[in-house]
Amino acid sequence: MAQFKPLFSLENQNLLTAVQPVGPLHDGPSLPSGDWRRTGKPLLFHLLGRIGNAQIGPIYLGGLGVASLVFGTLAFNIIGFNMLASVDWSPMQLIRQLFWLALEPPPPSFGLNIPPLAQGGWWLITGFLLTSSLLLWCARTYRRARQLGLGTHVAWAYLAAIWLYLVCGFFRPIMMGSWSEAVPFGIFPHLDWVSALSLRYGNLFYNPFHALSIVFLYGSVLLFAMHAATILAVGRYGGEREIEQIVDRGTASERAALFWRWTMGFNASMESIHRWAWWFAVLTPLVGGIGILLTGTVVDNWYLWSMKHDVVPSYPQVYPISIDPALLGAKP
Amino acid sequence: MSRNLSLKQSGLRLLAAGLAAMALIGCGERPPIETKQLGYRGTGMEQNVNPRREAEKLAANQAPVAADEASADGPKAGQVYQNVKVLGDLSVAQFSRHMNAITQWVSPTEGCSYCHVGNNFADDSKYTKIVARRMIQMTQTVNQDWTKHVAGTGVTCYTCHRGKPVPEYVWYKPADRKYTENSIMGDLAGQNYASTSVGLSSLPFDPFTPYLLQDKPIRVNGNEALRFTGDAANNKSTKQAEHTYALMIHMSQGLGVNCTTCHNTRNWQEWTNAPPQRVTAWYGIRMARELNNTFMLPLTDTFPANRKGVHGDVAKVNCLTCHQGVQKPLYGAAMAKAYPELLKTSPAAAAASPLATTAPEAAAPGTSVNAAAAKPVALK
Repeated sequence: MAQFKPLFSLENQNLLTAVQPVGPLHDGPSLPSGDWRRTGKPLLFHLLGRIGNAQIGPIYLGGLGVASLVFGTLAFNIIGFNMLASVDWSPMQLIRQLFWLALEPPPPSFGLNIPPLAQGGWWLITGFLLTSSLLLWCARTYRRARQLGLGTHVAWAYLAAIWLYLVCGFFRPIMMGSWSEAVPFGIFPHLDWVSALSLRYGNLFYNPFHALSIVFLYGSVLLFAMHAATILAVGRYGGEREIEQIVDRGTASERAALFWRWTMGFNASMESIHRWAWWFAVLTPLVGGIGILLTGTVVDNWYLWSMKHDVVPSYPQVYPISIDPALLGAKP
Repeated sequence: MSRNLSLKQSGLRLLAAGLAAMALIGCGERPPIETKQLGYRGTGMEQNVNPRREAEKLAANQAPVAADEASADGPKAGQVYQNVKVLGDLSVAQFSRHMNAITQWVSPTEGCSYCHVGNNFADDSKYTKIVARRMIQMTQTVNQDWTKHVAGTGVTCYTCHRGKPVPEYVWYKPADRKYTENSIMGDLAGQNYASTSVGLSSLPFDPFTPYLLQDKPIRVNGNEALRFTGDAANNKSTKQAEHTYALMIHMSQGLGVNCTTCHNTRNWQEWTNAPPQRVTAWYGIRMARELNNTFMLPLTDTFPANRKGVHGDVAKVNCLTCHQGVQKPLYGAAMAKAYPELLKTSPAAAAASPLATTAPEAAAPGTSVNAAAAKPVALK
């Protein structure tokens, strides 16, 4: 009998996790005295095993974790209750309009003064709470990494993201002398802020740091896709054992390296590819933050700045020349 | 085994198709959207058009056929009828033609009695008659003084009214939140609320009061690359940019056009490399501002409460009032040409304007022209 063969079979493509190794549940190594006990009894969750490790917990909360959660929860609730108040305490409207609502920074008239609660005071408090929460969580990733004898790469990468967050919401507003320059806490409102910032400061596309940030952002995506695809493609030769292959290449990494040398002449190595990824990811907010910090504080109009430095090509004049009517008087 | 697999796959494909369909529905308008090139190639100067909406828009924006021309012979309306304060220089036949046209344009179901007291057409006791008279003067002012915006096409009552006593698209000051008083939470800051006035964005939802009623500066861009240079440092804030952005979104929505219709989007402020439509739009903003201040605001006490907004303010115009989603209202139909009495201010209007004291510009057409030309307006 003829066997029905599908043209495309997902299971042969090494795209979805097919194997789920399940061992005895364990707490991890014991922690020195002075550390907290781990919270929760570990359990197995089959569906999670399909995308990661099936074992949930235990979690190490610690003093930093608890403090971070307290500050974060406070910030989350202040934002939420202000949003709820802004729709006259209607839970239905809160859900319907959630993406439009925001906790807005103070109006420009307050400068860097402390505004009343109703006019940005909550925003200032929330900014403090959320920043504390993020920094505490960052310190926690640092301390947990040290405790396990790891490098602190995660903490520093996280700090790069916090840098951009603080540039937009704290450093730049202070340099501009006005809290009103900061980002509102809200989904669409923070996007509108981004557009307005670009409109006000002569088009951020012409900000070279913005351009660099985009390079690293898209580069991160590209590297992620290239690396993941490479490792999955050599999975049949045991390519996921990347760490071992750093010292003992084996056929998987040789084939992977050969593939890229053949297709583009150069290949990253099993060690270096992760440095590529880490630096691209970290440089995205790092250079982006520099670009935002210069916007309005040093450069007032990025388009004009680019014209001045011959970054922008000039295009042929295709419209009849218009003269600014404000120079002519309001009426014909 | 393989059968099960293929079933699983078709399920996955269905799921993917379903997700794609949901994503597209979220966009509101299904593709394909046609793109018209408006500027130099490769610069993104283009207009997006949804070809499936054009027929519907075209049908909704048709000008009515003009009535046959009336004879200019015979006695003037001002001599035959009492209390004719505008259009008195028309012949009786022309005057009747005009009144019929207004009825058709503004109150086709309500008829003459929407403005007139049935047995005495000279009676001014209905507020609608006072308003209508003022609106005729407004139409004349637009056609005479604002040719930089309406060009030779001009406007008639129908441009805004479209057969409705109150034009469909007017604006009032927005209502406050219910619990604004003594509230320490939930300040909207005039934005962050889904609002059709700004194309359902979360931008400031009343860009009309600062720019189409007051004279707040719209321009936020400076002329220097670096800060703290030039004659005056540019101190416009990002928040101001959000307000300007809101006004521009209203214009874009009101005219059914993209930003690129007026702006070279790589440098918004630039005039020399921008489409000439930007000049037309610039005058449009000033025109709407003058109409609101000279014609609408002084009528506040004339209107009854049910015609006013929640703050007791009168209905006011913005771009949508005339344009109604189309770049040239009624697709540029030159309706006003068939009604030449609307193309210039009535000679009698000056002396007899019921609101002459509150509206000096309408009372003395021409003076404001000179005044504006003599004193260049500051950069806005």
